[in-house]
Amino acid sequence: MIGKSQPRIDGVSKVRGTAMYTDDIRLPGMLVGKLLRSPHAHARVLHVDTSAAEALPGVKAVITGRDLPIAYGMLPVSQDEHALAVDVVRHVGEPVAAVAAMDERIASRALDLINVDYELLPAILDPSEALVRNDVKIQDRAVEANVERRVRLVFGDVEDGFRRAVHVRKDRFTKKGAGHASLEPHAAIASFTQDGLTLWTATQVPHYVHRTLARVLQMPMERIRVIKPTLGGGFGGKGEPMPLELVASALAVRCGRPVKITYDREEVFFTNRGRHAYTMELETGVTAEGLITAVRFSCLLDGGAYGSFGVVTLYYSGQLLTLPYHVPALEFQGARVFTNKPACGAQRGHGGVAPRFAFEVQLDRIASDLGLDPVEIRLRNQVRSGDVTINELKVTSCGFGECVEAAAEAVGWSRRRGRLPRGRGVGLAGGAYVSGAALPIYFNDMPHSNVVITADRDGGVTVLSGAADIGQGSDTMLALVAAEVLSLPMEAVRVVAADTGITPVDLGSYSSRVTFMAGNACRQAAEELRDKLFAGAAEKLGLAVEDLELRAGVIQKISAAEPAMSFGEAVAAAEGAGVPLTGVGGYRPPDLAGRYKGGGVGPSPAYSFGAHAAEVEVDELTGEVRVIRLAAAHDLGRALNPVAAEGQVEGAAVMGFGETLLEIHEVDGHGRLKASDFLEYKFPTSLDAPEVESLLVESNDPQGPFGAKEVGEGSLHPAIPAIINAVYDAAGVWIHDLPLQPHTVRAAISRGGS
Amino acid sequence: MRILRFTVNGDLVEIGANDSETLLEALRDRLGLTGTKRGCDLGACGACTVLLDGRPILSCLLPVWRVQGRVVTTIEGLAEGPKLHLLQEAFHMAGAVQCGFCTPGMILSAKAYLDTNLNPAQGDIREALAGNLCRCTGYVKVVEAVKLAATWMRDTTEREAAR
Repeated sequence: MIGKSQPRIDGVSKVRGTAMYTDDIRLPGMLVGKLLRSPHAHARVLHVDTSAAEALPGVKAVITGRDLPIAYGMLPVSQDEHALAVDVVRHVGEPVAAVAAMDERIASRALDLINVDYELLPAILDPSEALVRNDVKIQDRAVEANVERRVRLVFGDVEDGFRRAVHVRKDRFTKKGAGHASLEPHAAIASFTQDGLTLWTATQVPHYVHRTLARVLQMPMERIRVIKPTLGGGFGGKGEPMPLELVASALAVRCGRPVKITYDREEVFFTNRGRHAYTMELETGVTAEGLITAVRFSCLLDGGAYGSFGVVTLYYSGQLLTLPYHVPALEFQGARVFTNKPACGAQRGHGGVAPRFAFEVQLDRIASDLGLDPVEIRLRNQVRSGDVTINELKVTSCGFGECVEAAAEAVGWSRRRGRLPRGRGVGLAGGAYVSGAALPIYFNDMPHSNVVITADRDGGVTVLSGAADIGQGSDTMLALVAAEVLSLPMEAVRVVAADTGITPVDLGSYSSRVTFMAGNACRQAAEELRDKLFAGAAEKLGLAVEDLELRAGVIQKISAAEPAMSFGEAVAAAEGAGVPLTGVGGYRPPDLAGRYKGGGVGPSPAYSFGAHAAEVEVDELTGEVRVIRLAAAHDLGRALNPVAAEGQVEGAAVMGFGETLLEIHEVDGHGRLKASDFLEYKFPTSLDAPEVESLLVESNDPQGPFGAKEVGEGSLHPAIPAIINAVYDAAGVWIHDLPLQPHTVRAAISRGGS
Repeated sequence: MRILRFTVNGDLVEIGANDSETLLEALRDRLGLTGTKRGCDLGACGACTVLLDGRPILSCLLPVWRVQGRVVTTIEGLAEGPKLHLLQEAFHMAGAVQCGFCTPGMILSAKAYLDTNLNPAQGDIREALAGNLCRCTGYVKVVEAVKLAATWMRDTTEREAAR
């Protein structure tokens, strides 16, 4: 079954429109909650007068920051947020107060009746100003000026590396922020009864929401149940606890009635947590043959007003530079600063995307300087299976070379690169990414993924997993793994997932960890169940376990023609004295952390590799770039479900395309969002998106479930530089600033170069 | 508040609605038809697409009183009992569904288009779906699914014609 395309187990309910997303849930007596948001980028909250709102008929409760005074945050080092601002608002759109009312219209009217006295503070909107400005402190915990964190990591002998280099390039690159733009806005429904608090929420991380609710509401975890209904896209945007989850819960406790809060699109943009804006300087030395001798990289990340995942983003920015090419020496310096903007966080391809753009474009420039073929310079420098990078990343399997060759072949590289008519070109770039982080976000010794499988005499099994299907198809992956091990049809496997009241803990859907970690846990659980089934069946049949095989829902003597026992009968036999039949599995990554400060970000049990080739057309008069196609090769270890894996690669490639040409999340001079809806925030429509050919490369990871590694995030990285490198082939200009703007392309063309 | 009568998925319904209420709100909140999705409230994402007298419209922009006496089809009205519409089947089988939030609107836009043309070129399909944003699939398998459905629907039409 593994390796054959399977339709999603939730697909029929989705095409029928019956799948229940959070906002589709209606509970008896349910109230509607809404948040009042700050119009100012930076201000002290002097007084919040809620009396008029409270007096409005139909309003059931009004709360402010004083009602939820405990701070929280995604990382242990970034507990700097409040569900509602307590004393200070740090960006336009920050929640200040909230109401629960009979319906949405009353709730909106009530918000208008809340009076907030603000004392305006100077706002910092420029990250370079944030680096030096000491008179304004956005967060007290900033180490200097408004710097959240500075990082410096040095591996190998960098000076010697540059001395050995015969050619050194130093370039500056920038990339603006971008947003996830999931189609489903955030939504949460809280219900508080004598049984405790239940929260249905559109989250990628039920476990972290669970922990945060307990912390902020001062309620024991066992009194809280977090359920993730069907989820309409995440990409990192639902990857941490959000104000609406805490506010809906507090309002439900206050009112004794269920409360639903659904963000509108502008609120989603205010919430952000998207890609950081980057300013980067990259210096790379190479030998005459193009072999990399040393890399020096520095970057400044515009973090926005809160920590979020930012420290991890910052470390990833340097740590992932040592893949997919052999880098013998690396010096990395970076800083993440606070600014008065919606906070940035994790977005698909987290941390590696902007630096990878810089690295791959510079590598092409180096190849061009040396007269080398861009494919050739990549193959010469490629890491291989068994390598350990200079920053201690262990490569357990690697199909990078194959990816480069497959992508190049798909666009006819050797015949066409440098030979297409003016205005048309092909380009190529590589990348690599983690299959989950080896270390958890907060220190604990739990397995990262747990799975319990129960079997029933009806012949089916139920997989219980905390993993969060956010649209990527993790529920289907779990069903497939269980079905494979137990030789059952997919229909005989039920998946119950992402319900902290029922399912064993899983850290959630981020860092592309689920197939590798929950997949391994599921495989182990299914194997344990199978062993118990065999033992029971062997006893009943008077045969040895070794003589039995499981095939298409029956247990039989190996190569016997007659079925010996159905799966359900075997379950009954194995239940023995009447205890239910279960299998359990857990996955905890091996100890892979580097032995240095920061060595916890980057290590993964396995790395995916990829290479994309782009074909573009550049209109030299207007500077407009059209991407005709992307050939996206990705080493995912093993394609458990090819159609699903292709979908991940295609979606990621098109998202990368969007970041290359269209997407900008930024604010104006007053800190107001320039794009706060889908008319202004441009991401690819079906007419913009290029054709994508996904090329799955299987390197069979020794530790992956059936050899599988990540596929959903790493397949974004190479798209961006592949397009930029193709623009060079087409028009002879190098673009260092993203997103690419037609006027900069046109200007570069008229200057006759970069 | 006014009383409105219209047909939804073959059923005549009668509801009371506010003057400013949209068809999307009425479908989701008054009729419990939550298959129609609310993605942007601005007519920009297409997740709220339904068919009005067979043509695709954005239900988040349409005041519900405008549908008085007319015929609305939502995603829930496409399958015949347990039997999926060929477009639904094709989306499911071709891997055109990931998170699924855009899917109902996408399928209805595709249906309205295929009802006018069962021999679409790749570019025609992309054009027909240009108002339905998808963030998951990159549209590759969505376009494939519509092509597949068109083939199946052509076959069905031919078979019926032969009978």
